[in-house]
Amino acid sequence: MKKVTHRNSALRILGIGFALIFSFSTSLMAQEADPAAGKSLFNTYCAACHNLDRNMTGPALRGVGDKYEQEWLYEWIKNSQALIKSGDAQAVAIWEEYQPSVMTAFPQLSNEDIDNIIAYTMQPKEEPKVAEVPAGAAPQGGGGGLGNEVILAALALVFGMLVVMLFLVNKTLRRIAEANGVEFAQAEDEKRLPLWKAFAQNQFLVLVTSIFLLLGGAYFAYGYLMQVGVDQGYMPVQPIHYSHRIHAGENQIECKYCHSSARVSKHSGIPSLNICMNCHKNIVEVAPETATAEYSKEFYDGEIQKLYKAVGWDMNTQSYTGETQPVKWVRIHNLPDFAYFNHSQHVTVAGIECQKCHGPVEEMEVMYQHAPLTMGWCINCHRETNVKMEGNEYYEKIHEELSKKYGVDKLTAAQMGGLECGKCHY
Amino acid sequence: MASNKKYWKSVEELNPDSSVVETLKQNEFVEEIPVDEFLGDKESLASSSTTRRDFLKYVGFSTAAASLAACEGPVKKSIPYVVQPEEIVPGVANYYATHIADGFDFASVLIKTREGRPIKVENNEEAKAGAGANARVHASVLGLYDSKRVQGPKANGSYIEWDELDAKTAEAINAAQAAGKQIVLLTQTFASPSTSKLIEEFKAAYSNTRHVVYDAISEEEAVKAFQAKYGSRAMADYDFSKAEVIVSFGADFLGDWQGGGYDSGYAKGRVPQDGKMSRHVQFESNMTLSGANADKRVPVTPAQAKVAMAKFYGYLSGSSVSGELPELVDAAVKNAAEQVKKAGAKAVVVTGIKDVNAQSLALEINEMLGSEAFDTAQPKMTRQGNAAQVASLVDDMAAGRVGVLITAGVNPAYTLPNAAAFAEAMKSVDHSVVFSQKEDETAVLANYIAAAPHYLESWGDVEIKKGHFGLMQPTIRPLFNTRQFQDSLLKWTGNSMDFYGYVKNNWETSVLGGSAWNQALHDGVFMASEEVTDEVVAEEESAEGVEAAAVGGGMSAARALAGAAQEGMSLVLYSKTGMGDGQQANNPWLQEFPDPITRVSWDNYLTVSQADANEMGLENSNVANGGLNGSYAKVTVNGVSIDRVPVIIQPGQAKGTVGLSFGYGRTESLKTEMRTGVNAFTLYNNFNDVQSVTVEKVAGEHEFACVQLHNTLMGRGDIVKETTLEIFNTKDARDWNPQPQVSLNHEEVDAVSVDLWDEFDRSIGHHFNLSIDLNACTGCGACVIACHAENNVPVVGKAEVRKSRDMHWLRIDRYYSSEETFEGDNQTKDNMSGLGDSLSTFGEMELASENPQVAFQPVMCQHCNHAPCETVCPVAATSHGRQGQNHMAYNRCVGTRYCANNCPYKVRRFNWFLYNNNDEFDFYMNDDLGKMVLNPDVTVRSRGVMEKCSMCIQKTQKTILDAKREGREIKDGEFQTACSAACSSGAMVFGDINDKESKVAELKESDRMYHLLEHVGTKPNVFYHVKVRNTQEA
Repeated sequence: MKKVTHRNSALRILGIGFALIFSFSTSLMAQEADPAAGKSLFNTYCAACHNLDRNMTGPALRGVGDKYEQEWLYEWIKNSQALIKSGDAQAVAIWEEYQPSVMTAFPQLSNEDIDNIIAYTMQPKEEPKVAEVPAGAAPQGGGGGLGNEVILAALALVFGMLVVMLFLVNKTLRRIAEANGVEFAQAEDEKRLPLWKAFAQNQFLVLVTSIFLLLGGAYFAYGYLMQVGVDQGYMPVQPIHYSHRIHAGENQIECKYCHSSARVSKHSGIPSLNICMNCHKNIVEVAPETATAEYSKEFYDGEIQKLYKAVGWDMNTQSYTGETQPVKWVRIHNLPDFAYFNHSQHVTVAGIECQKCHGPVEEMEVMYQHAPLTMGWCINCHRETNVKMEGNEYYEKIHEELSKKYGVDKLTAAQMGGLECGKCHY
Repeated sequence: MASNKKYWKSVEELNPDSSVVETLKQNEFVEEIPVDEFLGDKESLASSSTTRRDFLKYVGFSTAAASLAACEGPVKKSIPYVVQPEEIVPGVANYYATHIADGFDFASVLIKTREGRPIKVENNEEAKAGAGANARVHASVLGLYDSKRVQGPKANGSYIEWDELDAKTAEAINAAQAAGKQIVLLTQTFASPSTSKLIEEFKAAYSNTRHVVYDAISEEEAVKAFQAKYGSRAMADYDFSKAEVIVSFGADFLGDWQGGGYDSGYAKGRVPQDGKMSRHVQFESNMTLSGANADKRVPVTPAQAKVAMAKFYGYLSGSSVSGELPELVDAAVKNAAEQVKKAGAKAVVVTGIKDVNAQSLALEINEMLGSEAFDTAQPKMTRQGNAAQVASLVDDMAAGRVGVLITAGVNPAYTLPNAAAFAEAMKSVDHSVVFSQKEDETAVLANYIAAAPHYLESWGDVEIKKGHFGLMQPTIRPLFNTRQFQDSLLKWTGNSMDFYGYVKNNWETSVLGGSAWNQALHDGVFMASEEVTDEVVAEEESAEGVEAAAVGGGMSAARALAGAAQEGMSLVLYSKTGMGDGQQANNPWLQEFPDPITRVSWDNYLTVSQADANEMGLENSNVANGGLNGSYAKVTVNGVSIDRVPVIIQPGQAKGTVGLSFGYGRTESLKTEMRTGVNAFTLYNNFNDVQSVTVEKVAGEHEFACVQLHNTLMGRGDIVKETTLEIFNTKDARDWNPQPQVSLNHEEVDAVSVDLWDEFDRSIGHHFNLSIDLNACTGCGACVIACHAENNVPVVGKAEVRKSRDMHWLRIDRYYSSEETFEGDNQTKDNMSGLGDSLSTFGEMELASENPQVAFQPVMCQHCNHAPCETVCPVAATSHGRQGQNHMAYNRCVGTRYCANNCPYKVRRFNWFLYNNNDEFDFYMNDDLGKMVLNPDVTVRSRGVMEKCSMCIQKTQKTILDAKREGREIKDGEFQTACSAACSSGAMVFGDINDKESKVAELKESDRMYHLLEHVGTKPNVFYHVKVRNTQEA
């Protein structure tokens, strides 16, 4: 999945052709050319438009060394347009097929570099390792739960058997005792009041207990009522399994790359699908190492296909069909209508990290609501957080005056008036 | 001691044999109670398996289940764009400059859009012509989301395809052309250079074409007079800011006179500066906004107005004009003439008399004075209607001489006085196509309804004033399958271009003169500088040529006018500030908008003077629930009568005249609630707004929805403080703007110096204040609608308004004086002695004077620093911010309404019902389309909470945030409220008084500044400026 390639250099590149003077140089090249170096060069320069096994902007490159001559390839890669203009038949044929995409010229690549790249493309395709975990279990993740239940059931069974055994032993002992003529001190027992009656008669105890019960009940009732409408931990199933772990975590994509309106608007905005396609035009599958025990590579690749379907992208023709199906995401962070919240105030002006409210998003395979989003939670933060005033001309005067008034250097949002009702409710 | 009296329930009990008495002894009710009716079939009841206990179980279970289910939040979906347009950021508003040009209102506006939805109309500051949007223009955005709009082309009541309409129309046009029948384009005034060109091309393509321009409310006399004098069909423009003396004969130039839009210029001259302000004398019959704002208002009948104008000309030119006038009026005319003479070029005379002589005379007088306020070089183009052609068209149609009739932007079947004849004549037209947004009165008669887009979905251009060009651009994709009239003409002339391309092309070749199209589109307006100066020279030359002849012309015009006389009653028809010509009759904001003068919403009515009302036995009375009731009158003009017209007794109405407004009484494409009032167009014979009328009382009482029942100030001069220019200039501020006094330790001290509360330090950060200048406020009501739109204020309907449950956050109180002047009221009050005298005198003061002075006072939440509402709220739902705003947390409010009771200004509004999503309030908040107009930054309130003006805290917060984000200080003028931004007269100024350089800080230091009910000690953050009247007679 680590295929965030170099969009800057990713100008349309034309496919490559190859031919090899196989007989002469095979042995030589096999010794000298380094496929590992070639791989890194390939990823740096070529991967934006080429894939080894699949046509992208340019053609698939595996085995390109077999198709074209080495010298021709040098020339082509260093400046394909010149070669086309020179009227070279092979070059013109490729141009016919892939125009108007122009392959970027790479004069900076030495012949040696190109040899390395070719060597990389000549490596046989790796067969995907057969997953050791049975395929069906992978996305399910339910196996552990089932195990627990079995254990619990077994434990319950054992416990039940113990109880039965105890009862039986008791019965047997009693029988033995009776047989031995031992008398039970039953008379004494009858005189003693049952515990509950004694309890009921002790009015003080009853009073204290009921007070405790009431208090306890109220505590839990309060707790229950206070969580009504608080959806902390809300983790709905989304129409496309989008993993923030992969994007924000592994690939370190800046939050505001996709949620760009958080900088200027009250909404952080759900990225429109054309933003996804900035990268996913090229990234059609995840790297094998992206897959986890829970979610297989096939699963992730399937999700990318869902994106293509929604945005109307035809992989084969590398074009948009125009048939779109907007994605109906399930909204996770729901503020009530009467509360006004502005992302840009917090993100741009205050410079607060997204994670402060949204939690460790870069670790979330499935997005969930991290914070309670209650008013108390907002207010606490406003009480504790100092306003970032440095370098902002807006705050200069007010900072000077307010810090004089409160006798402090730093001012909290609350001191700035961030607790006033009307700042969020209008 | 116990009594043995026996009480008889009825005489029947004396009759020992009565069966009734016997039955009653057994049963409580004589007849058997019809339980069957509500318990239904006995059999099924008996066989029902649901016992009472089961029933209770079900009730218990479902209640519990419902409350449990309520704890579960609903799943909300968020659907992002597939491809997000570059210019749209969710949550950030975009503004587009465009123009409204609906044939009645022409204005240059900015449209605020959110996520692609137009939600508000703002003034376009760049514009020089049509800059001030009036209440109707502000409300027009709601028309876009009108659920009664026609959603595609229609024929015989069912939707068809445009292709079919095109094919049939082309066929009909060709047939008409071949048969030598007329092809008639009956349109509104477009004032659009591109549309004119296009129509010319259409005419060229089909030689039988006739273009008839029709204004529902005609200004033809003014156009004719201008044409006679200056050669082009237009109307002179006036800049009242340059006038020191304004004399108006029946011209309501603050209303819709000649297209209106004169408020801002007028208001500029009304604010006293360096001891000077303009003097405004108004001669008129109905009480209009202009009359209400005038320094001297003289009620005259229409005939007297003509004579007065003639005599005025006589006095001015020093020649004698005969004519009978009451002595007082004559004196006023003489006086006005003196003042105009003295002011010379600094004076201007306007007239609204629908008479070519009068209109020519006005032009003549202004020409003679060389009035600086008078502009003929760049005249207004917004009324082009030709009444004679409209009349002949109806004849032609009836005679079957019209093959194809295509109408656009007009509704003759409603607005024509002979609408029935027109409807009949429509049947004789072979093929009729009506471009309309609604299935209105005309559309239902037509063969084809061509669904027209709203102006916010259209391309176009407009030339409001000569040389002042404006562009119209869509601010949203068409909501429905609509097509513009112009696009259709292009199609029918075989032009493959769309109208956007056509306008652009036309502008690039003949308007822009090399300037950038994109810049013009961005600004919305374009001034053709060179071209105009050329024309000025040319026109001035021609004007000189005409002048010599015109002197004689003026005299003859005056003589013609002087002969005017009136027999019986005169009916003066007018257009109301809220409804105009009735195009927007299905707009609930406008229906609920209280008329600035009468304060009545949801109605039109006959305005009658008190004297005439007494004579005819017409009455107004208030009933127990606070509603206003009025008699009905039968109004007959020229044999046509309207049977039940509700009557309002209007102080200031000239005796012998009655007034009735246009725009009401529509029947088609209206929601039931909006079908209000009577149609005055039926009385609009010959497009003359003055008609001879007979009025007679008929039985019945009309229930008005009037929001102000007490009309006079009762001498409480501290509410609307008034003074005269003379006193203002010569005396100390404490004389004309007295500070209220209270007794502290048995000494009179200024009320503001005594306080129950500790002062909170507000010197840090922003401190918002709103300044309202009573001199500049004309009462136009644009702020009321702007507030409505900005703050999602619900419409409550006529019945609720009648119960005083209107929700307007901002109201404009209108006060009449009980004496001739407010000063007179104060004296009357001061001279009262003893309880008996005060009781009787106060009783008399409740009645407004026959010709009262009028004052307007916009009142919204005063945002008191020591707010009485805040201290009584049991749940602290209303509290004060450091920035001076009185906050209202709706979610905290439990609806005790203590705050409203404790508010001395009565500005708090209670949500008696859930007004949104409620089909009982079928206005706009209950359908998906109407909801699109809601401002997403403001909460839509629910039932049972209090609400009120927030000083547009969402706007101030946004301004602050923008500055923070850009890391800069806030400049003066950036802070705006919806009302201050809408106020084109500059009466409302909003800003931060901690910014000592700001305009509002300066205004607060003014001598004229005062707070409403200052003696209460509320320390409001809204302040007013003492109204100064220029009562100086010549």
